[in-house]
Amino acid sequence: MTTEMQDESEIFRGTTTGATQLRDKRSVRGTPKAGMPAFVLGEELADLAETDPRIVVGTADLASANRTNDFRDRHPHRFVNFSIAEKNMITAAAGMASCGLIPYVATFASFSAILGAEQIRTDCAYPRMNVRVLGSHSGMSMGFYGSSHHALEDLAMLRCIADLKVVCATDANHLRAVLRASVEHPGAMYIRLGRGRDPVVYDTVPDISFDRAIRLREGQDLTIIACGSQVRAALDAANELQQDGISARVVDMFTIDTIDADEVRSAAEDTGAILTVEEHNITGGLGSAVAEVLLDLPRVPFRKHGVPDKFVEVGPPAALYAHYRLDKAGVTEVARELLARKA
Amino acid sequence: MTRTTGGNVSHEVLEDRAKFIRKETVRLSRIAGAGHYSSTFSCAELLASLYYDQMRIEPTQPGWPERDRFVMSKGHAAIGLYPVLADLGYYDPSELDTYTRLGSNFGDHPDMKKGRGLDFSSGSLGHGLSVGVGMALAGRMQSHDFRTYVMLGDGELSEGQIWEAVNSAGHFKLRNLVVLVDVNGLSIDGHTEDVMSIEPLGDRFAAFGWDVQRIDGHDLTAIRHAFAALERADSGKPQVIIADTVKGRGVARMEMSLDWHVGNLVGEDYDDVMAELDAGLKPIEPEATQ
Repeated sequence: MTTEMQDESEIFRGTTTGATQLRDKRSVRGTPKAGMPAFVLGEELADLAETDPRIVVGTADLASANRTNDFRDRHPHRFVNFSIAEKNMITAAAGMASCGLIPYVATFASFSAILGAEQIRTDCAYPRMNVRVLGSHSGMSMGFYGSSHHALEDLAMLRCIADLKVVCATDANHLRAVLRASVEHPGAMYIRLGRGRDPVVYDTVPDISFDRAIRLREGQDLTIIACGSQVRAALDAANELQQDGISARVVDMFTIDTIDADEVRSAAEDTGAILTVEEHNITGGLGSAVAEVLLDLPRVPFRKHGVPDKFVEVGPPAALYAHYRLDKAGVTEVARELLARKA
Repeated sequence: MTRTTGGNVSHEVLEDRAKFIRKETVRLSRIAGAGHYSSTFSCAELLASLYYDQMRIEPTQPGWPERDRFVMSKGHAAIGLYPVLADLGYYDPSELDTYTRLGSNFGDHPDMKKGRGLDFSSGSLGHGLSVGVGMALAGRMQSHDFRTYVMLGDGELSEGQIWEAVNSAGHFKLRNLVVLVDVNGLSIDGHTEDVMSIEPLGDRFAAFGWDVQRIDGHDLTAIRHAFAALERADSGKPQVIIADTVKGRGVARMEMSLDWHVGNLVGEDYDDVMAELDAGLKPIEPEATQ
């Protein structure tokens, strides 16, 4: 059994009681824990709820997978499992919000964002309810579970909804920052999460604002604007390019809607080439949002990199990332292709 | 605090307020040039009984946390709700003269951000009961004793989300949740039983763990008794009042007619219908309900 296969088996089992055993097994197998942070979603929300009685949490039969069970264990009376009924969960969250609560409702992004898109629009965004819809296991991180369980369209579908803040959590510490900042955000939010053991980008909890991207690395030759899982890949690619004397700026554009237009503008003006990288369909997501800003600026070489507009192949996540060039090697390669156009 | 119970408003007053709802629906529809007459007429007695007698509300404090909630899941009947809220003092009745005009607070479907006293927005059918489930859950979590009322149409019972919500309310034993189903028998394309059967509706709710009452939804006395039974209920279950009604009730030409889901009364027709409504409800023509 490869490490990759073992990771897949954990998607549904999560990491509570079973988790410890699995982690023990993994450590026996030599996988460093630091590279596989536990899903902090439920733990962070439970911490926040200690001092904020408005915070409640719901899930749709995935309390183990998204670790909202960590919240349930500490605040059982403020936790609701709606079972496999995502539409009811999201709309009920809106009803709860209308009574002054701040519900965080979580399930796989394929179901919260895509199945629940109309409920998010009509019941959360339109009445400006303080609902936070969380979509975990986004992109194609569900690997061989297949396209029904992937969410490669969620950003495109949701960023055109008025009065809805759309953000991507990058890693565990960043997720903590997003959750902390979300409490006082007025109105509805969609928060896109990875599988919960995302590669580390932030060693500490960063200071964030939902209007401002985070510039992680300075550079002069191009800017890689990434979100979610691809921020780590972008940083790794930038380090790789540095070996050849190419200086790449890296921006974590976690704030998909509203996009940080000033940061895009600076990227164009300062580095003269922009590569966007996202674990999302190439149509309508981060790349499109950045392109919409660039339309008003003098033209610079620009490349959208993501998943082509086709349903993806079956495979373990790491194999899929490699296949679609959404890893260090792939992003490095695409960056070189873009720079060739700049010259 | 203890709940105040209904039953304190006279039959005559409620009858008059139901007439008011119907006449205002006709008046506002003329401003818009179109209106959902018949879906509103079918629930006029239910609305009047709820707002003028049954619900615990304080119009001077629309945000009062302990108030009873009302969700008009069949949002196209909001035209009958707006005049009630104005009449109760949530806003100046003259504001209704802007109904559906550019920038108005009052559209065909209700927007809670704009209309004081609206506990939730609606329009997309099948959502309202989930909203009510959330409100009832919130009331329980916050230790409030308010009750949440949700008005469903019979046509929207074909929406799957309704049954997710029915199931969850039964499972969570939301005793503070009351559903009124306005079974007016018609959806846009025909008789509900022909388009998509919803019967046996009482058995369906009961199977999901609800207490069920079934009444004539135009009989104010029956409505009063049904509400009184809510106060006595001790099963711990959510409550549904299935109200058999007549779509278009009150205007003979509209009763059980498929032509009046949306319409526009003008000229003499407008005057005739207002006069007919002024005269009060007449017995239903037997063929109308066939």
